[in-house]
Parts: sequence; structure tokens; C-alpha cells
Amino acid sequence: MNIASLAGSSAIAAVLLITASHARAQSTELTLCWAAWDPANALVELSKDFEAQSGIKMKFEFVPWPNFADRMLNELNSGGKLCDLMIGDSQWIGGSAENGHYVKLNDFFDANGISMDAFVPATVTGYSEWPKNSPNYWSLPAFGDVVGWTYRKDWFERPDIQAEFKEKYGRDLTPPATMAELKEVGEFFQGREIDGKTVYGLSIYTERGSEGITMGVMDVLYSFGFLYENPEKPYDMEGFVNSPGAVAGLEFYKSLYDCCVAPGTSNTYMGEGIDAYKSGQVAMQMNFAFTWPGFEVDPNVGGGRTGYLVNPAGPDGQQFAQLGGQGISVVAYSEKQDAALEYIKWFAKPETQAKWWSMGGFSCLRAVVEDPGFATSQPYAQTFLDSMAVVKDFWAEPSYAILLQDSQARFHDYVVAGNGTAKEARDGLIADWTEAFEDDGKL
Amino acid sequence: MPNPIDIAARATPRPMARRIRGLSDRAIAWLFVGPTILLLLAINIFPLIWTVRLSFTNYAANRPNRDVEWVGLRNYSRILTDADTWANMQTTAHFLIWTITFQVLIGFALAWAINRKFRGNDLMTTLIVLPMMLSPAVVGNFWTFLYQPQIGLVNYAVEWVSGIPASSFSMLGPGGWARWAIVIVDTWMWTPFVMLICLAGLRSIPDYIYEAAEVDRASKWRQFWTITLPMALPFLMLAVLFRGIENFKMFDMVTLLTGGGPGDETLLTSIDLKREAFEKWRTGYASAYAIILFVTVFGLASIYVKALNKVKER
Repeated sequence: MNIASLAGSSAIAAVLLITASHARAQSTELTLCWAAWDPANALVELSKDFEAQSGIKMKFEFVPWPNFADRMLNELNSGGKLCDLMIGDSQWIGGSAENGHYVKLNDFFDANGISMDAFVPATVTGYSEWPKNSPNYWSLPAFGDVVGWTYRKDWFERPDIQAEFKEKYGRDLTPPATMAELKEVGEFFQGREIDGKTVYGLSIYTERGSEGITMGVMDVLYSFGFLYENPEKPYDMEGFVNSPGAVAGLEFYKSLYDCCVAPGTSNTYMGEGIDAYKSGQVAMQMNFAFTWPGFEVDPNVGGGRTGYLVNPAGPDGQQFAQLGGQGISVVAYSEKQDAALEYIKWFAKPETQAKWWSMGGFSCLRAVVEDPGFATSQPYAQTFLDSMAVVKDFWAEPSYAILLQDSQARFHDYVVAGNGTAKEARDGLIADWTEAFEDDGKL
Repeated sequence: MPNPIDIAARATPRPMARRIRGLSDRAIAWLFVGPTILLLLAINIFPLIWTVRLSFTNYAANRPNRDVEWVGLRNYSRILTDADTWANMQTTAHFLIWTITFQVLIGFALAWAINRKFRGNDLMTTLIVLPMMLSPAVVGNFWTFLYQPQIGLVNYAVEWVSGIPASSFSMLGPGGWARWAIVIVDTWMWTPFVMLICLAGLRSIPDYIYEAAEVDRASKWRQFWTITLPMALPFLMLAVLFRGIENFKMFDMVTLLTGGGPGDETLLTSIDLKREAFEKWRTGYASAYAIILFVTVFGLASIYVKALNKVKER
């Protein structure tokens, strides 16, 4: 063997060695995709236990909320292999199931003794089932979330403010139990001087680009009697989407925007709401429950200065809230599905779920949330439980993205831009949604 | 001394040289431009043809399992009969017309001023062109703060000048200012670009023409209308073409400033197209939309380039 062939053989051997070790490293590395927010940081910490137990290394791909759906749905639609595990939004479940993006988990659950009865029913329906209310599971409920309200307890408890409120409205200043009371509180605080600073009534969702204003409007609309469709006849929307209650609900949301928000809040969502509340700009804030642990440790609004509230009841006493949250799924294009399933099996364990809650993750496991000590474990725990009991969700149809963008346009145009009437907005939405369902062949 | 061509010829491997020797000049030319043409066909022409094909279907890129149906002209008729599309076209036209008008007027005036020799000329030029060196994303975020009713400088400036309370109006919110707010930001950012092109035009006018005009006792005003403007016109028209094309596809800055809102008040066609294609995933519909926009821009640009050539020939 001459020197050249010896060098050649050595080079080939080295390449093979590097390739083999790289492949081995790859096979023991899982990538989990989610939104970039506080719970994701908690999951990174939690997952260290999984790494220690399984020897599988975890990698994370987190995308900020405004770009999360865009980025991740692109990834799924292109059959990308970036993510082995996906904690996708609840509304993606229909499309991801029908388009084959997620692995169906029924057999895996059966084989590993994971029962969906062990999870809060609303989260199973919202995050895991497709078609809805059928025992076909595409994810494990991972993070329970719901839109609720926070209020400045310290302001509400001030004797001077209480006295002034009582004089003006003839009742005590208490956390609002109804939508009408919510508006009164908003109006009362709007433009008020507190500690030498002008404050405002409410922070509500008005964001135009992704899903913000729809989440906010729907959160109010459900309690005004809005229904997506005829319960007896699917996709029949006339008289439901534009029912008198739905119209009144939309008018009410606009009245909240007109009376009680801070100037310049025409494009605000979760992040802006957090900033407005933490900076002491508003008395009450609409936001998802995931934001609540952050308020408890905040130097401005933490330490007992914040109260938590279930979405107030509508004019007829109906009380519902917009569901948030996500389930964790195995991506069908992943080459490491076994390892990904192993992660889900570990994540479903009661001890993992208990630790998840203790780290700020909103567990959906009944053993955790029905534990006698749960309600008092955090100041917001009871509100979270009560809110999760009254959730409703947006369409989870495969064409949800079209339905969502249609509602974004209609709601923003009426609520923020002030164009047309609520009835016109609702009628227009029926026309848009009808077209989408016709294109889908469902009408 | 050996000829470089001889050196190159000798460097060519013999078998290849033999093969090339047998080819005509035309064939060799094709050999060289062929790969480029193939690349262009692959990344430009093929996608265009594919887009035309998709525009006649109900294809949705996020629904690979759904049957793709041939829908004929349905996508085109839906777009062209949709009042929202025409409203977005009007919004885009408003944005185009006013940004170009302001940028040309201010850019030309700045170029006229900068073209004169004065102390600090270079520093002034550098300062003026700074905005166009920034990323549109930075500009969008930066102006969002400037327009903020409670802390933004713009509202405070308006209050200082007019007495209207700063927090009583929102440039990016309801009230009809949002369309103008995006025009102001684009003008701030891109006027320097127009200024530079105008400056090149002004500096290309030979001094002797002005000297001859002085001899003929032409007034400064007359010199401007009969010498400066006609000779700088091709440059101005070029600037209008560049800015027109750029602003027709404006996306990033406006998305950051308003997201197309309030309502659809600042929803430019480019933002609408992106929503149809990559948020609603109506690929067939979006393809038809893209073709309509392409034909519109192509038609307008062709007419404009013809006019530009006529001006240059004068």
C-alpha cells in the first residue's frame, strides 16, 4: 500500500467515523417547538429531568407569539423535519390531523396506560380531539390556558377610591361580576390621577395582524350568547353568528374600546397588555392566564397587589371565557418519533405534571388541579380552575386560518377603525365564513 | 513577449480545445450563457408559469391531502369583483402617489440646496442620507414609538405647535391619520435616495450651459425651467420608477407600523397578498392575485419606461 492510498483510506475512515458519531448524536437529540414565552423557559428547566432519566438531549425552537403560527405552520406545511415535538395552538388541531402533520396517539396512549379521562375535559376537547368530541387524539394536553382578568387590588382597596366609586355608582367597588360592572369600573378609572400619574381603565386585545382582537372579542361574545353555528345543523351560521346577542356583544366590546383604554392602544395583544399592567397604566387587564405567575413576582404589581378574575358574566348571566393553551404532539415528519413518544410518556406522568405546575406551567392533569391543596397553592389557582370550567374555543377546522383572518379584519374594522355597524360586521363575517366552508366542500 | 491569448489557448486542455475548435461562435456563446439561462428559467420563468397554472385551481399549500380542482377564472373573478381588493388598491395608490410626490419635491429641493458649495456640505449630505441606511424593521419600530400618543415625540410636537392635547389623537389608530402616518415615515426614510439621484442629475449639467444662459441674461427662474429641470428630468423619472416599484411591494415597514390597520385602512396589496398566501393559505387565489398585480405593475412600468426613453431622446 503506497502513501497516497494509505492517506485516502485514513480520510475515508475518518469521514465514516465522524458521520457515524454525528448520526448517533442526532438520534438522541429531540427538538421541541413552541412559542417564546415564560412557560417555555419553565419547560426547558423541567425537561432537564427527562434528559437525566432518558439520556436523550433536548433542543428547543421557540418563536415569539406574533410569528409563531406563521413560522410553525410553514414548517408543518412544508413537511419540515425541524421539530420532533410540537406544542401547537389548539386551533391547529383540525388541519394538523387532516393534513397528516401530527401522529395519531390513540394506540400509544392505550399501550402506555395514558387515559384522557385523567385530564381536564375541556383541555382534551380543545387540544387533543379531532374531530371534536370524538375519541381521536392527536396531542396530549400540555398547557392549560384561558383568558381572564387581573385587577389592581391595591387600588380597589383604597378607602378614598372606594368612597368615590360608591358615591358615583351607589355600590361598593368590587371586582366586576358582570360585563356592565366591568365597563363601570373601566369608566371610573379612565383618566384618573393615582399617585400623581394618569391611569386608564382597561387593557383589552385590539391586535390586527395575528389573532389578538378575535381572542378579545370572542371572550366577551360567548357571554352574550354568541354561537358559531346551529347546534342542530353544523355550519349553519345565520341567526347564530349574527344573533341579537352576538351583535350586542360586539357593540359592547367597541364601547369598552371607546370608553376605557389608554390612548394609542389600537394594536395591542398579550405583550402590550402585560406592559400596560405592570407599568401601572391600567386598573384592569384582559389576558391569558399564563401571564399571571409573572405578575406575582413583579416588583410593581406583585406581592398581593394583583387580584385575578374569571371573565365576567353577560347580560343574561351566561359566563364563558376564551380558551387558550396547547397540546403536545409528535410531528409526523420526525425521524425520531420513538424518542418523541418517550418524552410524551414522561410528560404525562403525575409527578412531572405536579412539578410542571410548581414551575409555572398550567398543568391539565386532573390529579394536579383537583388536588385539595391546588386552589390555595397560588393566588390565581382558583381563578384558573373556575375559568377552565367555562371555556369555549374558536373554530378548529382545517381552514381555521382563513376563518381567523376574516374575523380579524371584520372586528378590527368595526371596533378600532369605527367603520359600519356591529350588525354589518357580523353579517359580513357570515358571508366570509360561508365562502370558506363552501370552498372546503362543507356547505 | 508571448500574447495572452496564446497563453490562454495553450492552457486549454487539448481534448477540450479540439472539441471547442469544432464549435461555431454561436455555439460557444450558447455554451457560456446556457447555464445562466437555465438558472433564470428555473428560478424565474418556471415559478411564473407554475403560478399562472395554480391561479386556475383551488390549491391550498397547507392542505396537501385535498383534491386540487380546476376552477377556471373563479379566482380572478372573485378578486376583481371584491370591493375589499379595490379598497386595498386605492390604499396602495394613495401610498404610492403621496410618497412619490413628497419624495420628489423634497428630494429635489434638498439636492438643489446640497449642490451649492457651502461649509459643512459633506457633513450635511451624510446626515441627510442616514435614514435610508437604516433597516425598515428598525424604522418601523422606531416610528411606532415616535407616534405613541402618550410618550411619542410627534404628538408632543403637535401639542406644542397647535395646542391639541398629545394623548387626544393617535397617528396609527382610528381617526384617519394612519394612511398619512405611513406616508410620512416612508418619505422620511427614502427622500435621501431621491435626493442622491437628483444630485447626480444636477451635477451632470455642464457649467458652460449656465454660463451661456448668463451671457444671454436669462433669469435664475428661467434657467431653472429651461436648463435645470429638463436636463435633470430623466434622473427624476428614474427616481420615480425606482420608488414606484419599491413602494408597490412595500411590506415590512407598514406591517410593523400598523399591521394593515386600523381595520383595513393601511392594508396595502402586498400585505393583503401575503395574508392570502401565507396566513389564509389560499394558494390558488393568492396566485391569481399575484398575477393581477404582476400584470398591473408590468403594464404601468412598460408605459413609464417608454415615456422615460422619449424624455432621454429629447
